[in-house]
Amino acid sequence: MATQDINTQSVIDQEEVLHPKMVTVEIAGKTYQVPEGITVIKALWYTGQEVIRGAGCLGGFCGACATYYRTKDDPKVRTCLACQTAVQDGMSFSMVPPFPARKAVYNMAELQDPKQDLFNLYPEAPLCRNCNACTEACPQTIDVREGVWRAVFGDFKTVSEMFMDCVMCGLCAPVCIADIAPSLVALYASRAQGVHFTEKPERLYQRIKEIEEGRYKTEWDRLLKMNEQQLKEACAELK
Amino acid sequence: MEIHQLQQIVHKTRDFRRTQTLPKYQPAERDTLIKKYHPDFRESAYRPIKFGLNEGESTVRELAALLEGDSPIPADLDLTPAYQTDVLVVGGGGAGCAAALHAHAQGATVLLATKLRLADSNTVMAQGGIQVAITNEDSPIQHFLDTLKGGHMKNDHRLLKVMVEEGPSVAKWLLDLGVLFDRDADGNLHVKKGGGSSKPRLLTCSDYTGLEIMRVLKDEVLNQKVQLLEFCAAVELLSDGHGACSGAVLRDLDNKRFVVVAAKTVILATGGIGRLHIQGFPTSNHYGATGDGLAMAYRMGAKLLQVDTFQYHPSGAVYPEQLIGALVTEGIRSEGGHLVNAKGERFVNELDTRDVVSSSIIRECEEGRGIRTMSGRIGVWLDTPLLEVEQGPGTLERHFPAMVRQYKRYAIDIAKDPVLIYPTLHYQNGGVQIDVNSESNVKNLFVAGEASGGLHGRNRLMGNSLLDLMVYGKRAGLTAAVRSKTMSHGALTLEHLTRFRTEARKHGASSDMTSPMLFPAYAKKE
Ligand SMILES: Cc1cc2nc3c(=O)[nH]c(=O)nc-3n(C[C@H](O)[C@H](O)[C@H](O)COP(=O)(O)OP(=O)(O)OC[C@H]3O[C@@H](n4cnc5c(N)ncnc54)[C@H](O)[C@@H]3O)c2cc1C
Ligand code: SF4
Ligand code: SF4
Ligand code: FES
Repeated sequence: MATQDINTQSVIDQEEVLHPKMVTVEIAGKTYQVPEGITVIKALWYTGQEVIRGAGCLGGFCGACATYYRTKDDPKVRTCLACQTAVQDGMSFSMVPPFPARKAVYNMAELQDPKQDLFNLYPEAPLCRNCNACTEACPQTIDVREGVWRAVFGDFKTVSEMFMDCVMCGLCAPVCIADIAPSLVALYASRAQGVHFTEKPERLYQRIKEIEEGRYKTEWDRLLKMNEQQLKEACAELK
Repeated sequence: MEIHQLQQIVHKTRDFRRTQTLPKYQPAERDTLIKKYHPDFRESAYRPIKFGLNEGESTVRELAALLEGDSPIPADLDLTPAYQTDVLVVGGGGAGCAAALHAHAQGATVLLATKLRLADSNTVMAQGGIQVAITNEDSPIQHFLDTLKGGHMKNDHRLLKVMVEEGPSVAKWLLDLGVLFDRDADGNLHVKKGGGSSKPRLLTCSDYTGLEIMRVLKDEVLNQKVQLLEFCAAVELLSDGHGACSGAVLRDLDNKRFVVVAAKTVILATGGIGRLHIQGFPTSNHYGATGDGLAMAYRMGAKLLQVDTFQYHPSGAVYPEQLIGALVTEGIRSEGGHLVNAKGERFVNELDTRDVVSSSIIRECEEGRGIRTMSGRIGVWLDTPLLEVEQGPGTLERHFPAMVRQYKRYAIDIAKDPVLIYPTLHYQNGGVQIDVNSESNVKNLFVAGEASGGLHGRNRLMGNSLLDLMVYGKRAGLTAAVRSKTMSHGALTLEHLTRFRTEARKHGASSDMTSPMLFPAYAKKE
């Protein structure tokens, strides 16, 4: 980064830099001192641990870093994505091991009645007992319970919208007292929505046809014969 | 100073800035700007590669060391295969899943090995969208020219033509699998305009395009029962003794054992390189983006292309600390968000190509118009509240839920306050040279996705990577599957490695670097 005279007028105060502070956290039962405010996954690295299972995109999108945590003196165990959550003093946490939820196997295109087929593929889905544990477990704050019911009632469109944020962390499955894996049910419903209940985009089909029929052939021929200068000119004309 | 005080200038100058139109740079100005400020032109960061097919060519030091590094494989490794397959796909991101599905659909036996979980990748993070020319005002020709212009005319024309022409059909493939692209009221696919493109042609799934595609492809890979080895990283390719590829050695990351795979064809889909932290840059890439495919392919004798050019995405987060390097979606600029320096001025047309925008941000910061953080970082403002002003309250929440969430975790409301950004290492423009079927110069070795090179020239255009993955993942998968029907397994040897080690010794390459590196060494040493 550039070295220049620091213009003190435009330096952002950062409490953590002004007064660096170490906090005490408990990782899988052991106590460590780590800098306040770093992410949970960085705290693991800071304590010298290699993380392989438990790290993925590091950007809050893949759900690999699902973690249980508790804050000081609070009995409530919460969930978070370790790459997106800052540590605080007195926090205890452990990464969540993979959970062997059952994924149904289906051929999406060949399903005749996807809303009915849901009950064959995921017979446990309608047995939801409304405990809301899945919703509480979701680090993406999706109303998971509501989603399961919407899927059961065939409102696949809403399910697909609600679960667009789902990072597949799987945290909603181990807590379910009815052995439902809500994110998998939702994924099924979303895909079915796309394959069976969404309009066919005519303009796209039209374009595919045009290309197949060689509509652009003369233009390609002209273009691919151009020398670099001519191509540059063609590019410069783009509006 | 308190961050809110510093942000005031952005609020104060907003109305004036809204009346401004900034022209894009003329080609000559662009060139001067880039040569002066783009990290690709920082000579001290580069050195020539010492040996191999690209000997003498210049690349960044981090990559040169990786390419010359030594394999973890002992010369006398027992090469009895644990698996035999028609097609071995290495990498479980977008390119790998597309390749596996297409090869499987052709009836080939497919083994997909990946370093992390299936789908933990760069693909899952793509927010901006995928470029496909579908509207009446647009055409594959326009898409071709835009890409060429963005790539500084250095793109491989044949690869590029194939990509833009097959775009619409791979979009249909994704729709048929259930990917929910955003729609217009009439049911057609909604298109947005991306940086460096003359026409709106980005298909999106709100700001979760990559996640939506990846969820669906992963589900389909599981439905098709493609054989899967997660947490198994490829560390070396195998050669048949006559220069062709015949399999790979994986390392099972749970028990650290080597696993030998005999494969008629191998598809490397190992993605990018951000976690090498080239020139000390933070990165937007996933944990496993360490350029493994480049290192393995190079040892095997594959030719690399344009590995001296990288994309630094203009908007990497600088504040708060927890988000450093993370991507702030380009969508904000596509929808009219301004870049603003410490004096409250705009300084570039925000929709210019990434290299131009990044270079101009670096220029502002080097010339003292940046905003500093106490931890020693610097950046410029991205005026996110402007979108709410222009398009109404709630716009950000509706169009950019992922980004709103990303900042909300740190109590920052992007609808009210601008965010601080600086370029972040984002994409490897070059890679392994391939032909139109995604095959490298090493027979039966295919390379698809970000690990391959040539298509994007010296600067990839926004949204073209997801398209690349789908088109070349497909071509690699189909070609490999069809080829494997008419051939038998080759011998399994480490002949190429013996040759490589001899060369390395001759050139005095230091062997203290193990390559591929698989993961960055973040765990703190005592
Ligand atoms: C934050 C972000 C946002 C982006 N946004 C967009 C966008 O909006 N539009 C767009 O077009 N492009 C975008 N890109 C670029 C695009 O997403 C990537 O270039 C693309 O996804 C790469 O796909 P891939 O399949 O080649 O690699 P990846 O998706 O990265 O997958 C590589 C896979 O290979 C595995 N792997 C790596 N090494 C090994 C090994 N040795 N053995 C086994 N497996 C291995 C990895 O773990 C991973 O699963 C974005 C990139 C990032 C990082
Ligand atoms: S719905 Fe389930 S899998 Fe998806 S993000 Fe929430 S907890 Fe994770
Ligand atoms: S955890 Fe299971 S039973 Fe409880 S609300 Fe969620 S889906 Fe229903
Ligand atoms: S590592 Fe992907 S969400 Fe945290």
